[in-house]
Amino acid sequence: MSIKKTLPKKSLVITDPWVNLRQLTDARIALGRAGGSLPTMPQLEFQLAHARARDAVHLVFDADGVQHQLQERGHTVQRIHSEAESRRVYLRRPDLGRRLDDSSRSALAKFAAGGDSGFDAAFVVADGLSSLAIHRHAIAVLQLVWQVLMQEGWRLAPVIVAEQSRVALGDEIGALLGAEQLAMFIGERPGLSAADSLGIYLTYAPRPGRTDAERNCISNIRPEGLCYEEAAQSLVRLMVRARRLRLTGVGLKDERGEILHEERY
Amino acid sequence: MSSFQQTLGHRRYIFDSLKSLLAKASPARSGDELAGIAAASMEERVAAQLCLAEVPLKAFLEDALVPYEEDDVTRLILDSHDPAAFAAVSSFTVGDFRNWLLAYDTDAAALSALAPGVTPEMAAAVSKLMRNQDLILVGKKCRVVTAFRDTIGLPGRLSVRLQPNDPTDDPRSIAASILDGLLYGAGDAVIGVNPASDSLQKACALLSLIDELRRRFDIPTQSCVLAHVTTTLAAIEAGAPVDLIFQSIAGTEAANRSFGISLKLLEEAREAALSLNRGTVGDNVMYFETGQGSALSANAHFGVDQLTCEARSYGVARYFQPLLVNTVVGFIGPEYLYDGKQIIRAGLEDHFCGKLLGVPMGCDVCYTNHAEADQDDMDTLMTMLGVAGCNYFMGVPGADDVMLHYQSTSFHDALYLRQVLGLRPAPEFEAWLESMGVMRDEQLQPVSERHRLLEGLLLGGTM
Repeated sequence: MSIKKTLPKKSLVITDPWVNLRQLTDARIALGRAGGSLPTMPQLEFQLAHARARDAVHLVFDADGVQHQLQERGHTVQRIHSEAESRRVYLRRPDLGRRLDDSSRSALAKFAAGGDSGFDAAFVVADGLSSLAIHRHAIAVLQLVWQVLMQEGWRLAPVIVAEQSRVALGDEIGALLGAEQLAMFIGERPGLSAADSLGIYLTYAPRPGRTDAERNCISNIRPEGLCYEEAAQSLVRLMVRARRLRLTGVGLKDERGEILHEERY
Repeated sequence: MSSFQQTLGHRRYIFDSLKSLLAKASPARSGDELAGIAAASMEERVAAQLCLAEVPLKAFLEDALVPYEEDDVTRLILDSHDPAAFAAVSSFTVGDFRNWLLAYDTDAAALSALAPGVTPEMAAAVSKLMRNQDLILVGKKCRVVTAFRDTIGLPGRLSVRLQPNDPTDDPRSIAASILDGLLYGAGDAVIGVNPASDSLQKACALLSLIDELRRRFDIPTQSCVLAHVTTTLAAIEAGAPVDLIFQSIAGTEAANRSFGISLKLLEEAREAALSLNRGTVGDNVMYFETGQGSALSANAHFGVDQLTCEARSYGVARYFQPLLVNTVVGFIGPEYLYDGKQIIRAGLEDHFCGKLLGVPMGCDVCYTNHAEADQDDMDTLMTMLGVAGCNYFMGVPGADDVMLHYQSTSFHDALYLRQVLGLRPAPEFEAWLESMGVMRDEQLQPVSERHRLLEGLLLGGTM
C-alpha cells in the first residue's frame, strides 16, 4: 500500500499562489494552510529538520582528522582542550568551555617559552556547537586567508585545534601565544536549514576578560550562505584594519564584519 | 547589609543578603546554577520564598542590589521611582503584594496607576512567589497600549512582528518573506529585519526597501532594521527612513557596556528618532529586546539572579517609552534556561514583570537546537502568553529563522492564537487587511495570483 493514498486530498490544503517566490529565499514561505494552520507535509518536514539539527549538536568532533588535513597542507598543529570534559558538561557550563584545561595551558605556555612567540596573528579551529561546520568548511576558508597573509609577510602562529571550545577560549590562547590578534573558526549553533554554518570571531589583543563588543564576527559561512571567498576576503580586510587601528569590535566596522551583540555559537 | 533567616523544623536557613535571598527564592533554572547563586535544595528554595514573603517592599528602595554609585541602571530605577504611586502598596510585604495583585479590586486602572511606583526588584521578588497561573492572571489585568502608525496592546488584540530575515541580507529574499507575512495577516507590530551584517549601507538599503513597500500599499505599520543603535543613528544622519530605534538592552550598566551602549546613547537616539516625527497615531519610537541570562553572559550580573537582572532591563526600557519590548526568551541557550519547562516559566515571568512595570511586553517565544525543547513547548508557552494578554509575538516564515538559526513562532502560529482566543490584529492594520481582501470575519481569505500585493510587488521593481 502506498503511503500517498492515505494522505488527505490536495483540496483540503489551501495553497499559496506565490509559491514561485520560494526560489528567492531559503525561508519557509508559501507553505499553504489547513484552515489557518500548517498543513501536514510542511509540519513533518519541519520535524525532520529539527531532528537533524539536534543530531548535529551531538556529533563527535573529529579533531584527529582535522589535524591530519592541516598537516597535509604543511601546517604545524597544536591540539588543545577546554575544561569542559564532555558535550553534556559543555552545554551546561559555557564558563568551562572558555577556559583551557591544565595540560593545554602548560603545553601552550611551554611552546611560548621556547622563544617562539610574538605572532602577528593566530588561528583557532574549534568545534563550538557544530562539528559538522568545521569538518566541512574550516580548512578551506583558513587556507584562503593563510595564503594572502603569508604573501603579505605576516608572522602566523601554529594552527590551534580546540575541542569543546567556546569563542572566548581564544582569549586565553591568544594571550599565551602573545598573538596580536586571533581569529577563531567555530561551528555555529545549528539551525533548521543549516546545521553546518561556520562563524569567525576576530579579537585584537586577545586576553581573558575581553567582551563581545570587542570582537567582530563573520557568520553563516557555508556554500549556500556566505561563500568561502567572500568570507576570506572579509576576514583579511578586517585583520588588516584591526592591525592598523589596533582594535576590533564596535570601533571596527566592515561591510561584512558584524558587531557581536549576542552569543550565537 | 541585612541578613535573613527562616527556620523549618530543626533546620535554620540563613540568607546573608537581600540579593542572595532573591536568588535562592527563584524557581530553578540553569543560569542561576551556572552563576553559583541558586538554592542548593528544593527545601532551601521554599525557605527562601517563605522568608521573602515577609520582606517589606520598602526594603527594595533601601537596599540596592547593585550599588547606586557603581551602576547607572540602579540610579535610573531609584531616581525615577514615584513615591506617590507607590503609596498604595508601601506598607506591604512581598507576600501581601502578591495577594493584593490577585484581588478582584485590583484592576487595570489600579495597576496602571501603580506602575511608576513599582521597581524591577519588587516585580521580580513577587513573581518568585507566584505560580504560572498567577503570572498569567495578573499579566492579563495589566494593560499597556502604545502607538506609532497603529495601536498595539489594546484588549482583544494580538499583534505580530513580521521578521523576514535573510542570511545575506538579500533584498529579494526579504521582500518575499514580507509578502508571505502580509498575506498571512502579520506585520502589525513592526516589519523588523535582523541584519546579518552591521553595515550602514545595507541597513539604509533595507530601510528604504521596507519603507517603499509600506508607502506603496499604505500599510499602517512601522519598519525597523535591528542594527546596533550607533548604526541606526548613522542611518538617520544619512537621511534613511528610520521609524524605530532598536537596541538589545540588559539590566546593569556593565552589561549594557558590553553591548556597546549607554543610557545617554539611548536618549540621544530617541531624540533623533522623535525629531523625524514619522508616527501618525503615536510617538513611541523605541524597540528593545532583552532576555534572561544576558547580564551573566556578559559577566556583569553582580551576583544578582537572572530574573531580577531581566526585570531591571525593563526598568531601563520603560524610561524610554518604547513602542515594543520583547524578551527573546529561549534564544540564549540551555546554560541559562535548560529545557522547555524553564523556558515556559521564564517567558511568563518576563511578561508579568514587564507589564507590571508598565512596559508594552511582547515575547519572542523561541528555542535553540541545543536546548531540550521542541515545538510542543512553544505551543504551550504561546498559548499561555496569549491568555495572559501578551502584546505581540514574532512571525517568522514557518517558525524557522534562516539567519539567526533558531526557532521562533510562525505566521500560522499567530493565526492559531487569534482563532482559539478570539484575538484580532491592531485595529488600523485589521482595517487594512480587510481592505486588501486578506482577512474577513477574522478568517484569512484565499487570494488569487492577481492579488494587488502580489502583482504590485512582482511588477513594482522590488523583485
